[in-house]
Amino acid sequence: MGKVGVVLCPCELEGVPLFNPEALTEKLRGRKDVLPFIHHPPVCSESGMEAIRAFLAENGLDRALMACARPELFAPTLKKAMRGWGLDPSLSQVFDIRGALERGDPRDVTSNVQNLMEGRIDELRARVPSKTQGVSFVKRAMVIGGGIAGITASIDLGNAGYEVLLVDRLPSIGGRMLQLSETFPTLDCAQCTLTPKTVETGQHPNIRLVMYSEIESVSGEAGNFLVTIRRKAAYVDWDKCTGCGLCQEKCPSKVPSEFERGIGPGKAIYTLSPQAVPNKPVINPGVCRYFTKGKCRVCEKVCPAGAIDYEQKDTLIEERVGAIIVATGFDLYPKEEIGEYGYGDVPDVIDGLAFERLNSASGPTAGEIRRPSDGRIPQEVVFIQCVASRDPERYMPYCSRACCMYTAKHARLYKHKVHDGRAYIFYMDIRSMGKGYEEFIQQGMEEGILYLRGRVSRLFRDNGHVVVWGVDTLTGKKVEMAADMVVLATAMIPSGGAKELARKLGIKTDGHGFLTEAQWKLYPVETAIEGIYLAGCAQGPKDIADTVAQGNAAASKVQALFAQHRNSSELRSDR
Amino acid sequence: MEYLYFPGCTLYTKAKNLDEAGRECAKVLGFELKELSNWTCCGATFPLATDNIMALAPPSRILARAKEEGSTLTTLCSVCFNVIKRTNRLIQADQEKREKINTFIEMDYQGDAQILHYLEILKRDVGFDALRTAAKRDLQGMKVAPFYGCMLLRPFEEMEFDDKEAPTIFEEFLEAITCEPVDFPYKIECCGAFQSVGAPEVATECAYAILSSALRNGAEAVTTTCPLCQFNIDSMQKEIHEKYNDFPGIPVIYFTQLLGLALGLPVERLDFGRNDVDPRPLLMEKGLL
Repeated sequence: MGKVGVVLCPCELEGVPLFNPEALTEKLRGRKDVLPFIHHPPVCSESGMEAIRAFLAENGLDRALMACARPELFAPTLKKAMRGWGLDPSLSQVFDIRGALERGDPRDVTSNVQNLMEGRIDELRARVPSKTQGVSFVKRAMVIGGGIAGITASIDLGNAGYEVLLVDRLPSIGGRMLQLSETFPTLDCAQCTLTPKTVETGQHPNIRLVMYSEIESVSGEAGNFLVTIRRKAAYVDWDKCTGCGLCQEKCPSKVPSEFERGIGPGKAIYTLSPQAVPNKPVINPGVCRYFTKGKCRVCEKVCPAGAIDYEQKDTLIEERVGAIIVATGFDLYPKEEIGEYGYGDVPDVIDGLAFERLNSASGPTAGEIRRPSDGRIPQEVVFIQCVASRDPERYMPYCSRACCMYTAKHARLYKHKVHDGRAYIFYMDIRSMGKGYEEFIQQGMEEGILYLRGRVSRLFRDNGHVVVWGVDTLTGKKVEMAADMVVLATAMIPSGGAKELARKLGIKTDGHGFLTEAQWKLYPVETAIEGIYLAGCAQGPKDIADTVAQGNAAASKVQALFAQHRNSSELRSDR
Repeated sequence: MEYLYFPGCTLYTKAKNLDEAGRECAKVLGFELKELSNWTCCGATFPLATDNIMALAPPSRILARAKEEGSTLTTLCSVCFNVIKRTNRLIQADQEKREKINTFIEMDYQGDAQILHYLEILKRDVGFDALRTAAKRDLQGMKVAPFYGCMLLRPFEEMEFDDKEAPTIFEEFLEAITCEPVDFPYKIECCGAFQSVGAPEVATECAYAILSSALRNGAEAVTTTCPLCQFNIDSMQKEIHEKYNDFPGIPVIYFTQLLGLALGLPVERLDFGRNDVDPRPLLMEKGLL
């Protein structure tokens, strides 16, 4: 049993009626091995922290319970301070006093807080000191998610000399950015800018790719996380595979490719793209003829390396890392759930990522804008912004941030390729705050994109066209159009499984499933847990520029954490 | 099975063909429609003014009486269904309004009557499989476009009738009675409603859009559940012809008339003479007369 110092910070609690911090400290004073301490003014100030240190040291207390109104901000500070004072950080805890006040009986708020705090005190007194105390601090990072955020962070950390495990559930890195055709505001080819990065990541001596894998469980703390990773069965022995691509060429199972957003063909054995890093295929047993019908084995027959292994099973790997960056990215709100736009059943109504594939030189139409239903070049294309975004009653209340820009980009790229084509954009507002963004929009208007301020109430197929019923709120007129194709800028939502992953990591998510940062303004890439950081759209919708900045930021936070432990021996993997 | 039946005013006059066929079919399908006693007009529109207790009194009285007479209330007319169902929800949800209404109508009603549309009875209680078995006359895959209009569906949160953007109950019904349902994009659009009184040119345009879309998608007939829809897309076809000379016209048949036909009721009982665009030549062509 240890001795607990209880520190009460009354900041932001002054206005709570009936709450009496002095009475609370008096009540706690009677407990064995507990010393309460109330501190004004802010505990988090330099003098405040010094006062706590002195209080703990003078009274021989080895553990601390900090009760304050902002636990998510204070937890990392306290842990760091404990370490600095030569105490075990795992013997500190922060108590959410405001939460306790809100939940309790309003007539007797002090007793309620006391009861809850006593539970925490008992738990803290009984806590066994962390085994990691004295164990070396592992200076090795794990990045979850191999999109541009994860790639950026991995390269930064690798260049700083730290070993990085880059985990992705897909067979190769690149994430959403690899699906894009060109990027705003400079209209660079996404693949041309990204591929050097993916190649650098793949070849980096400090970066190890752990592909086609998902996080099974996480335990431990900063400096010593133990992560169990499930490596999904690829049914291909990647050590033997040379990446020649013959298996994909000969595979007879043709299915719509997920990477091509369903508008291009794929195979049951596939890599995400010809430039995939690593360039190793996996078999999708859900569509593979051998797995579904028991007959085929064509890939096995043609593979010159003998790499196909239908018996392969999932494997579990354990890894120790000192810090984790979560960069799991986004999905688009499924158009199949949007009734007014036909539940995804109207042909030639596609989402933004599908348009990226249509426009991509490596896409199913080799970059020619051809509508999916009949391959014709559309002469009238309607783009709709804010689909399922900014719609609190039915869909997502937030702005997805990138759509104004990418819709303008789509319309411009369309006009560049189909000179006599007409592009219409339905919008609510145009949000173009970024370097060169507003100029990009203006340029689009000069190129002849017609912006209509208003929403579209329905889309349906009629006579080979997509009929668009909308309104132009600037003229007050209803607008009806027979478009050849409609592109929906659907809301960004957290990628599937993000919530589950957050639960395993012990970090919070908001009501929509985006990962919650420690504080939006001053701690944007930190979480409430020391050693776990966020980057990219997993935290909230953002564009590539912001995503990369966060990747850099998260990597620098990890470097700062690792640099604090100059003296501990570095644990390198034996590989 | 017994249901309290609220016919509504129009079904006693202009829409007798909707009413009588519905009653006859109930007998064949083995459920009883007991007419609510002393019923009045439903109010004809659900009041949108926030303080219009007066307009809520008639549907509230109907609901209170239905509760007294003790079973589920059903209607054929979509407008009556809409007004009564929404009033019921309001009484359930708003205690202040409930008390005001009860004081006003001098009854005590807590919102606990159940209200079903006739189509819902067919789907939930009779079952479309049983209906398929009970159908005696093969309608030969007649291509029928189901016109839902607004009143069965909107507002979605209050009506909770079927999928808000892509309902299917009407199609399922048509399949069960051996028709081929025709999907067409205008099936949940507005028929023009009461614009046919004050601004008939507006209603004519609505009707023209609906009917020409049904025709383009291959319909031989359109079916409705609502006397107001029926008026706008059936009786107004004269006006459509005047404006669009090449409009070929299309019969509009109440769903109960189609049901009666399928159940083998004598054709004279189905009162096809009341439909403005005579459906009998089509039925003759299909060998159903």
